[in-house]
Amino acid sequence: MIDILRTRIKQGHRTIAYPMQAVNMPDRFRGRPVIDSAKCVTDCKICADACPTNAIIQIQNDKPQIDLGRCLFCTDCAEACPNGAIRYDSDYRLSANQREDLVTTANDEARPLVDALKKESLRLFGHSLKLRQVSAGGCNGCESDVNVLSTITYDLGRFGIQFVASPRHADGLLITGPVTENMRTALLKTWDAVPTPKIVIAVGACAISGGPFIDHPEVNNGVGNLLPVDLYIPGCPPHPMTILDGLLRLLARI
Amino acid sequence: MTQHGSTSIRNGEPCNIADIPVLPLDVFREQIIQAVKDGSWIAALHAVPDSETNLRAYAVLAHSSSGSLKLLSTQLPDSFESLTPDCAQANLFERELAEQWGVKPIGHPWLKPVRFQHSNREKQVDGSQPFDSDKLPGVSDFFQIKGEEIHEVAVGPVHAGIIEPGHFRFQCHGENVLHLEIALGYQHRGVERAMIGGPNARTIHLVETVAGDTTIGHTIAYCQIIEALARANVPARASALRAVSLELERLANHTGDLGALAGDVGFLPTASFCGRIRGEFLNLTALLCGNRFGRSMLCPGGVRFDVDNERVQEFSVRFEKAVSDLTDSINLLWQSPSVMDRFEDTGVITTEDANEIGLVGLAARACGIETDIRTDFPTGIYRFSNISTATWHTGDVFSRAFVRWIEIQRSASFIRDQIKSLPQSDIRMELVPLEPNKLVVSLVEGWRGAICHVAMTNSAGKFSHYKIIDPSFHNWFGLAVAMRDQQISDFPLCNKSFSLSYCGHDL
Repeated sequence: MIDILRTRIKQGHRTIAYPMQAVNMPDRFRGRPVIDSAKCVTDCKICADACPTNAIIQIQNDKPQIDLGRCLFCTDCAEACPNGAIRYDSDYRLSANQREDLVTTANDEARPLVDALKKESLRLFGHSLKLRQVSAGGCNGCESDVNVLSTITYDLGRFGIQFVASPRHADGLLITGPVTENMRTALLKTWDAVPTPKIVIAVGACAISGGPFIDHPEVNNGVGNLLPVDLYIPGCPPHPMTILDGLLRLLARI
Repeated sequence: MTQHGSTSIRNGEPCNIADIPVLPLDVFREQIIQAVKDGSWIAALHAVPDSETNLRAYAVLAHSSSGSLKLLSTQLPDSFESLTPDCAQANLFERELAEQWGVKPIGHPWLKPVRFQHSNREKQVDGSQPFDSDKLPGVSDFFQIKGEEIHEVAVGPVHAGIIEPGHFRFQCHGENVLHLEIALGYQHRGVERAMIGGPNARTIHLVETVAGDTTIGHTIAYCQIIEALARANVPARASALRAVSLELERLANHTGDLGALAGDVGFLPTASFCGRIRGEFLNLTALLCGNRFGRSMLCPGGVRFDVDNERVQEFSVRFEKAVSDLTDSINLLWQSPSVMDRFEDTGVITTEDANEIGLVGLAARACGIETDIRTDFPTGIYRFSNISTATWHTGDVFSRAFVRWIEIQRSASFIRDQIKSLPQSDIRMELVPLEPNKLVVSLVEGWRGAICHVAMTNSAGKFSHYKIIDPSFHNWFGLAVAMRDQQISDFPLCNKSFSLSYCGHDL
């Protein structure tokens, strides 16, 4: 017992001060992709060709746009660009309510962030949101970094958000994976088992667009074609801070 | 080198497909059975169409003590005598052959689909249904035990925690489990099929997400394939950084699993400490490459990210702190009688059973079997810097926990040595196009065990076939064996002690 106490004291207080204090992301962290207009040459397709998931949308006579819902946040486009016009900044706040809002615009600053739930939903879930997680083809990357929110580092419970064991106890689903054909029925049954009103949160490139498995006949290109999504959290996998930021904005906590 | 009707190669050494002998079916069968009896294990057993009508089966038999990989092949007819009754290791491989190619291993004791995927051929053999049906994994025949007070418990695919989907069917008498059957396939995403025709822009990303908690392991296996086919020698510094990343991945996952094992027996101090410390190791991976799971760290020809002295310094300070915190946290486990009582004698697998069903990796080492790709089939920096193999003999949950702890300590000292004396060289080299008409086998000791990739190229130097065998493919059956005569309430503990991948199995 004395060893347990001694170890406990040595381990110290480990919960991050966020949202009271900002968090430092690793210097090599790949947050929002940014295209430098000054360096980007129009009508060049090199970055779009290098992208593994066709996340880069080419626009005639304009700089390309990047669909964060497809983006794997890899280094392929940045490496391919001969002018070094693509880089990632450290902004981890990437979530959006609408699928189309995940596409970067010419003026990145104006991009909408997450709107909180509507008044009635917010009254119900704002201080207590119970989620059932369903992995539907996820590779255990997104699952791991959702799971990590319940560790003492992030302590999700302090925000009134909790993952529950049964859909019957849940206010909504948090879904990872491209929704494989073999999981589609199980996902829809789980959705039916959640009492209304309920919400859907899609976490990761797979759940949003199919990710690396996009257009495979074995998958459904994400959850959007099957269920109404309230929050999209992009990444491959999203950093825990990206997920936490999305959840807290949805609940108007930040 | 061809001898006795087979070709022997090393890990990561390409060979001409034309040089692989085509044996008569009975000789092929006999050679596999004999090799396994003599101590080899089946690293791969898969089929590739030779032409529209002909199917050729290839076997890769790994002989650990000599470090050689024996290749043999045969023309596979629509039905053939099953290997499984004489060689239990072939069980899942034969079920996979049947599912993917509509062939029938006659006499297989429990022939049913592995992933509930669609067959690669329209051709079906009598009795091989439902291989091309739209049946779902949980909806199939399960082995049943009949009798008074025998009941069946079905769990999954959606589980209570944040984990991947799988279906578990228990045959119980009261609390006691008489038999467990595991039905997977829910995670099938068509990875192997999508690899064919590659490499292309998406290929490495498919490999990185075969099992997202083993990104480094699977991606090294893939890079070794490409480098073998391009006859490239990776710069020494890249080799060392790869090994550091691989051992960090092992540390993170072992730490997480030990914490989860503590949680499953209700010992919360270690559970909560380890949950946090696992994150420190993931953050160290992010310090190297920007991503906690090592995405984009590796590329064929080397690594994408270098470290300077300042970064090494920061890495070392944070690393030592994490290892020190971890040591305190884990030692609490072994001192707590309530933990040891639940760990010891739970989910025992004997060494004989482990050998017979062909366990790999830490699950095998926890049954006293000395097997480790890093020692037996070393590549890269492991050829020069060895990590001695950690084993324990009791085969129970304790053994699987304790072997993890020994491995953590050895990986930690390996990382310490490597990061301080990184070779001075480039980190990446340009590669030439891949050689045509070759077969190459690549083995890596991932944190769960042996990862095996087998690639074949066509006349244009593109993948004509790509086989991925995650260690979970070998070990899921081990979990079923470990559950026999256990209480059903011990299932979460036994399951976590193996900590197998669903998506790595389902592909």
